[in-house]
Amino acid sequence: MKHYADLLIIGAGPAGISAALAAAPSGARIVLLDDNPLPGGQIWRDGPGAHLPRQARTLRQRLDACSNIRIHPATRVIASSGPKQLLVEDPEHGWLISYDKLILCTGARELLLPFPGWTLPGVTGAGGLQALIKGGLPVHGETLVIAGSGPLLLASAASAKQHGAQVLRIAEQASRSAVAGFAAQLPRWPAKLLQSLRLFDLQYRTASHVLGALGSDRLEGVRLQQQGKIVELPCQRLACGFGLIPNIQLGQALDCAIEGQAIAVDAWQACSRADHYAAGECTGFGGSELALVEGAIAGHAAMDERQAAQQLWPRRARWQGFAKALNNAFALDPQLKALAQPDTLVCRCEDVPYAALTEHHDWRSAKLATRCGMGACQGRVCGGAVQHLFGWPAAAPRPPFSPARIETLLCLDEQSAP
Amino acid sequence: MPELMLDGRHLQVNEGTSVAAALALGGDGCSRTSVTGQRRAPLCGMGICQECRVTIDGRRRLACQTLCRDGMQVETRP
Repeated sequence: MKHYADLLIIGAGPAGISAALAAAPSGARIVLLDDNPLPGGQIWRDGPGAHLPRQARTLRQRLDACSNIRIHPATRVIASSGPKQLLVEDPEHGWLISYDKLILCTGARELLLPFPGWTLPGVTGAGGLQALIKGGLPVHGETLVIAGSGPLLLASAASAKQHGAQVLRIAEQASRSAVAGFAAQLPRWPAKLLQSLRLFDLQYRTASHVLGALGSDRLEGVRLQQQGKIVELPCQRLACGFGLIPNIQLGQALDCAIEGQAIAVDAWQACSRADHYAAGECTGFGGSELALVEGAIAGHAAMDERQAAQQLWPRRARWQGFAKALNNAFALDPQLKALAQPDTLVCRCEDVPYAALTEHHDWRSAKLATRCGMGACQGRVCGGAVQHLFGWPAAAPRPPFSPARIETLLCLDEQSAP
Repeated sequence: MPELMLDGRHLQVNEGTSVAAALALGGDGCSRTSVTGQRRAPLCGMGICQECRVTIDGRRRLACQTLCRDGMQVETRP
């Protein structure tokens, strides 16, 4: 199976959808890939426990109405198989797809930091819990604690409460003054101010973080450091995430330059490699409003519609301001580097404890000696953790980027056959 | 409403339910056993961490990115 797209977009969250819709009137053949079963990304994840906002439903209808946009759900990129060609896989098939222009809208994942007991069933990410609830996870009548950092904690708590859970505590690691300073800036973005008022919760505590998840076979309680005091709360679930980190792996594999921890882009959302663009959270965390406008700029720019792209710059600047305020307010407290104990597992795929890593000076050495980061997730979880804990930068991924079927990998062989 | 088998037990779920949610609806929520023998459950909920990998109709799949379908055989202890 061989495919071609004038414009290939990886990721069907707000940035990817917006890029496709901006580029569609040009008549280009557009292919939109996403590894989830439905478009929408994380923020607009659909399911029996989801309530999609009107904007998301409208954008999805507009996508469906474009005959030149082909959507492949549940499809992962497995390898870069040649110049401007990727090997991809869905639950049934593997195939090669060539493209003229590419837009990376690969989003972000949660920063999950290891702490004692974090491998117990009942512990999830903060956004992770919200995603699972949208997919139908029952939390009715359960007691839970939400911890970590960032506005996602409040959003996750709101979803859990809507579905009948009792939220005992929301522990935000940032200081009271940092959070208050952020809140004071919110009137600059009235929609965000309204959203934050709607999400406010009496159980919210600043300067508080998780110390450990308690239990033997599954979670039974949580130990928290709460504004200087140690508190233990019995509960059935702990949802803990320390903010978001951009998914840059595919960008790295395609030789797009990385700046900080994000894919580097110019004012046109163009990457360092010609004909390659990036938009949304993979270029730095900023929320769905920023992702939408960046996606539209990338879609226009990829179609050489410079004027249409440029008209969107002021809107982008406005949401970049919001992103900057957010990232400053929720910067992580260095204390969080001390959460893992010697026997705390850092790599959950290969069950590598913290103590096995401390003697190494870089990730490569740690990998070779301990298999840290060499399991099924290919370091997507522990890579973020060791970068935070030890300052080891993420290495460019090697194919296959995700576990893949042999039949899929055989497509590479067919291509090279005479 | 899809009907599936989870570790040999019959389970009926709402349309659009993820297999990750079905693990909690029809079992103890766990998805796999780690290399040192610990039971694990879905963590990231968005296809990154691979903790929720289960065997579905003989193939290894991520429970959080797979929707329940009629007749599916899901195993967490292959």
